[in-house]
Amino acid sequence: MRRRLLKAVALPGYQVPYASRELPIARGWGTGGLQVTLSLVGPCDCIKVIDQGADDSVNAANLRRFIARMTGVETTTDALQATLIQSRHRIPEERLREGQILVLQVPSPEPLLPVQPDLAKAREMHADADYALMWLSLYEQLVQYGTFTTGAEYPVLVHGRYLMSPSPIPRWDTPMLHQAAHVTLLAAGREKRLYAVPPYTDVYPLEFEDVHFRVESQQGRVCYQTGARHKLMNELPQPDGQVRYQLSDSGYATKLWQHQQGDTVTIGATYYDDAGNFYHRGYLKPDTDPA
Amino acid sequence: MMPATSTTGAISSPIQTLLDPPRLVTRRPLLQTDGLLKRYGRVTAVQDVELRVYPGEMVGIVGESGSGKSTVLRLLNLQELPDEGSLILDLPGYAETNLFALDRFQRRMIQCQHIGIVYQNPYLGLRMQTSSSGNIAERLIMAGERTFQTMRQVARESLDASEFPLERMDDAPWQLSGGMQQRVQLARAIALRPLVLLLDEPTTGLDVSVQALVLDTLKHLQHELQPATVLVSHDLGVIRTLTDRALVMRHGRVVEHGLTDQILDDPQHPYTQQLVHARLS
Repeated sequence: MRRRLLKAVALPGYQVPYASRELPIARGWGTGGLQVTLSLVGPCDCIKVIDQGADDSVNAANLRRFIARMTGVETTTDALQATLIQSRHRIPEERLREGQILVLQVPSPEPLLPVQPDLAKAREMHADADYALMWLSLYEQLVQYGTFTTGAEYPVLVHGRYLMSPSPIPRWDTPMLHQAAHVTLLAAGREKRLYAVPPYTDVYPLEFEDVHFRVESQQGRVCYQTGARHKLMNELPQPDGQVRYQLSDSGYATKLWQHQQGDTVTIGATYYDDAGNFYHRGYLKPDTDPA
Repeated sequence: MMPATSTTGAISSPIQTLLDPPRLVTRRPLLQTDGLLKRYGRVTAVQDVELRVYPGEMVGIVGESGSGKSTVLRLLNLQELPDEGSLILDLPGYAETNLFALDRFQRRMIQCQHIGIVYQNPYLGLRMQTSSSGNIAERLIMAGERTFQTMRQVARESLDASEFPLERMDDAPWQLSGGMQQRVQLARAIALRPLVLLLDEPTTGLDVSVQALVLDTLKHLQHELQPATVLVSHDLGVIRTLTDRALVMRHGRVVEHGLTDQILDDPQHPYTQQLVHARLS
């Protein structure tokens, strides 16, 4: 497994096959991510497990308890303290630093699957770097709907070579992979494929020169617990028909709340600042309207 | 050449000085194949096919079913490799290269940029679930175009050139009639202004009036874009209407070739005679 991980890091975005083992949890519950975490965890590590941004959902709590019981490592909900973060669907809002490892659970590793159901052909397309069909599907989205309709799992080109499915993270999180200080490891247990984005690697979403990739607009959304803005929010429908918003990243929300209560907590710099600007200036291009 | 006629010293050989040498002598053929051989198991589909096509010229291939016409076209489209033989296109940088010897990636680039093909069966040439304009945009994407508005513009222009109703440009081909599907195929083939156009029975299966319209479009495009065109058909009427020269194939071999009118009016080979006389009139 570790040798496979080295190969994945050496070939950014390339899907490396590996012998995915049986685990005491079912396929589809993060077996790929769990195997990577268990093969990397050492006695000095500190683990954080995220499920849809939350540390306290059933899946996250169970995986965290399982890892702690098997290996005896410490656990945390603080993205800055953790050395190893296993996550499903989210990347923490606070910027990860060098030396940290982010493990993403992947339900569908093949980005070409929607346009090329034959996996053998899809691999050939990767070998040729022939991604015309993916571009064509973006063209079709623009023709039919006037905007890109891919929600999560927006296809990205890694290091200018391989097309990669960034696990079903929202579009909001996709830019966080670009020139990141941390290493991201992505593993699918059922499909037996793992791939990686090494630190400081180019990751660009597919976009036309005149119609650009956009993240989900968080304009006007305020977290009802912490008052935070310009972070990815969960929408909470209320009985009276109104909606409230809550920070999706619960570890970050807890720290903000503790800070407001007067506790001493370290809050790191975030990928998006309080005005909603991404920290790599110019990466997200200004909006344009397709005609 | 023309000023030579006014000089007095050239009187000794008036014909040579009066006429330009024929284009076939001065120009290099755009498409040149030699000794094509293709076997499928025990069946020899194509043998010893030699073909020269000049820019702006349309060459027809006639023959019965199974005579190897479509195999020749598939070989010319670089989608299959022959067992023997060479294909040379007069492209910058490739003028002396046998294209069959290139690797898969290079072959695909040449196929995409310089060769356009229209199949008899639109299901072979089109993505039926993708919009018609998307089918044309795909060619541009493969050639490296990444600007949405340019793709729209080129799709509109080439659909218009193949006389496709533009208000239906975003409908998927499965929603279109057979004649319209052929027009989408044609628009896709000419989107990148290819040097070589391959037409595999483009009008078979269409009713006579639509056939006439498609033939008209083909003639118009041939005149405008001046590609080297190879037209495969078993319909002698189509061959006579469109092509300059024709080849007659039988059992994978070329049995007769020459100017179209000559072949159809004065066939020499017994098989060609049979073919011409078998026509209902």
